[in-house]
Amino acid sequence: MSWNRKHLLDIESLTAEEIFTVLDTARAFKAVGARAIKKVPALRGKTVVNLFIEPSTRTRISFELSEQRLSADIINFTAEASSLKKGETLKDTVRNLEALNVDFIVIRHSASGVPHFLARVLDASVINAGDGAHEHPTQALLDLFTIRERKGRIEGLKVTILGDVVYSRVARSDIWALTKLGAQVTLCGPSTLVPRVFEQMGCRVTYDVDEAIREADIINLLRIQHERQRKTMFPSLGEYTSLFGLNQARLARTKPDALIMHPGPINRGVEIDSEIADCNRSLILEQVTNGLAVRMAVLFLVNGGKGPQEVAQA
Amino acid sequence: MAETLILNAAEIQRALTRIAHEIAERDEAGSEVVLVGIQRGGVPLARRLSGLLSGIWGQPIPTGQLDVSMHRDDLDQRVAPDVQPTVIPFDVTGKTVVLVDDVLFSGRTIRAAMDSLNDFGRPRRIQLAVLIDRGHRELPIKADFVGKNVPTAHTESVQARLSDFGGSDEVVLEKK
Repeated sequence: MSWNRKHLLDIESLTAEEIFTVLDTARAFKAVGARAIKKVPALRGKTVVNLFIEPSTRTRISFELSEQRLSADIINFTAEASSLKKGETLKDTVRNLEALNVDFIVIRHSASGVPHFLARVLDASVINAGDGAHEHPTQALLDLFTIRERKGRIEGLKVTILGDVVYSRVARSDIWALTKLGAQVTLCGPSTLVPRVFEQMGCRVTYDVDEAIREADIINLLRIQHERQRKTMFPSLGEYTSLFGLNQARLARTKPDALIMHPGPINRGVEIDSEIADCNRSLILEQVTNGLAVRMAVLFLVNGGKGPQEVAQA
Repeated sequence: MAETLILNAAEIQRALTRIAHEIAERDEAGSEVVLVGIQRGGVPLARRLSGLLSGIWGQPIPTGQLDVSMHRDDLDQRVAPDVQPTVIPFDVTGKTVVLVDDVLFSGRTIRAAMDSLNDFGRPRRIQLAVLIDRGHRELPIKADFVGKNVPTAHTESVQARLSDFGGSDEVVLEKK
């Protein structure tokens, strides 16, 4: 077991061994979720602030429930109902929170790098719940957990990420995590949304959907992130659906054991056909279930981590 | 680091056999006694005790395994707790649960184990069987069945190297 981090800021800086530590720990927490009493006292007496400066339902609820299952005290905080509206800077807001002796800050923000900034100015542990188009580490970890649970391994698998890659923090975290563990990642989508520069992260880029999914073990679909696109990136949603949407005809050309993933929220009839989202090859709801176990594991591990400055093995 | 042998393989086996007989003497035969090994050292010991006890009583003894890391009181002083699976494939409510561990030291693991058991039901009673009691309790906890009492110094460490984890089935005292 290897983990001595006080924060979880990104996947990029993690080692393969650290990723496996989270996945193994999450397995134990998934078993806790199946018990009659689903709560353990691991974070009793600790305070967690969920600071969501950008809308989120899935991730926020998942974090809240994981914190409750670990017996932590919780403060929820959204941009609309806070002094950020009155002109307070983010730094002042979090320093005020810290003055209340909080132990963990779970941060979602529309700007990349905010969690790293907070980790520099605060004593509390910082967990990145998604920063701009940069990273969404817990999503990547739950994706890996789900893949490993279903396929028994990560190494050597062919994973295709299809859709709006350039605006997706999930895609970046997934690419880092998958390539670190030895999966072969293929990216596909409109060329405006999947620039060739991603080849530098160690993946293959193709614009031919049928070729991208033919050999894939896992097909991970991404939503079009309209809120981040500052200009029109493709002619129309209808065209996107007909060229890149996953429909029955395309699914029929994939390997019979290829599995479908999606970080949510899904847009039925755009990137995925409604029946495919509900079919037995879709892992979309399993991902949500596993997210809880993975976030419990992250909070649990970060609680014991002392940070790279004070590495001391117990 | 100097090492002293406390128990060899045959002595471990003898100690477990004696504990099994003591459990059989103290508790009624029947489905009411279950064994729960504490991760990691207690798990193979519980499995071995279960085999011995089912030989005495002529019936299988339900056996589970328990990881207590989520219930420890020193979580923020330890780095990356290694969480092992908890498997309790029976209802503990109304049962006599014999907790099994390799070395009894501060008693904090046992406290965590009792807290953790409460999440699975309300046992009729909880008993404790350990291979080694090395003293230095920090909590009012006492074992019901002890393989061997070993006086130790605080700075020493007792290692049960069981064959299940690649050891040679021996217990040694390490002097730092």
